[in-house]
Amino acid sequence: MSETCIYIARSSAIAARALAGEMMVMNSADSTFFTLNEVATTIFQAADGRTPLREIVRDRVCEQFDIDPEQAQADAEQFVAELSGHGILLVSNQPLAPETP
Amino acid sequence: MMAAPRKVACVEIGGIPIALSTCDEGFLDLLRQRYDGFLSSSPPEFELEFDLTSTGPVSDDDVRVRRDGDEWLIERGDFHALWDPSTGRGSVRQNANPYSLDSVLRILHSLILAERGGFLLHAASAICDGRAYLFSGVSGAGKTTMTRLAPADITLLTDEISYLRPNAEGYSAFGTPFAGELARAGENCTAPVSALFLLEKGPENRVDELSSAEAVRRLMRNILFFAEDQGLVEKLLATACEFVARVPIRRLTFYPDARVWDEVRNFARNFAGNLQEVPEHV
Repeated sequence: MSETCIYIARSSAIAARALAGEMMVMNSADSTFFTLNEVATTIFQAADGRTPLREIVRDRVCEQFDIDPEQAQADAEQFVAELSGHGILLVSNQPLAPETP
Repeated sequence: MMAAPRKVACVEIGGIPIALSTCDEGFLDLLRQRYDGFLSSSPPEFELEFDLTSTGPVSDDDVRVRRDGDEWLIERGDFHALWDPSTGRGSVRQNANPYSLDSVLRILHSLILAERGGFLLHAASAICDGRAYLFSGVSGAGKTTMTRLAPADITLLTDEISYLRPNAEGYSAFGTPFAGELARAGENCTAPVSALFLLEKGPENRVDELSSAEAVRRLMRNILFFAEDQGLVEKLLATACEFVARVPIRRLTFYPDARVWDEVRNFARNFAGNLQEVPEHV
């Protein structure tokens, strides 16, 4: 598990809609499409560029879901890495300014 | 030297008439033959000027659709097109290949429809008892098979690319000239959409429900959309969610014989029956 503080923000080049507890996300650059489960949706919605990922996991994920904190952090980091690889999330060691479309 | 006069064929697909003009008599004949049944005398909403040139071979891999200032730039190895939505006019450079022509028209319609809450879908569609049914899936899923198995009283709208527009109650499906393996254009008519079936071949016929999220996911996978544009992507996703909310979407596992159409008719009857049981103003 990473000790580095990670900040995440939603890319401006995406479209997203919530439906029946899941988040639909589409990347406008390459039309790739993702559906996020409830835990991933919680992280995605909290990705404001200012709140560290560890805080999101502690205050949002672990508060809302019955999940082991260390496992939740590891899963969150894997999820963030995957979505940043597809240009859905921006990741930095510094707080991120929100992207303007 | 004076330019050769342009001749026009107006092609109306999905209730949207587009004037296609060319100086080339042979290309005009090709247009008229290919879109016979969809030629229209309606005043065109849009105009495309075709200029024939030597271009590369037809390719599906490298199509790019992006904004260039006020215009859309639509490019593939075998064509180059510009279209200005504010004036409704555009120009196309391509060779006389009918597949390039189809591609340009499909992309243009996908852009127009995206702004109007409609879309093109990789799906066969047909009218049965006055209602349209869509059969969607990737290549080989059974779109053409479903149309080949259709009873005589079924009206084929397309075996490949379905054309969908919102109406007051839900969505309407329109016939298109865009044919798949069947190599036959659909009928130029329209009907309200009753259901979308996502096709899978199997040992028996059965209809299964899908979650809304799965339905959107599968729908998005089969919508024809090419534009690299944030605004249109947002509209498309909103449209897909709207479609799922208004049209029943089911997985249709089918054994490829004519009995699958009994399954479609049964679904229509049962679904209509269920709808009638819902009391008003609940």
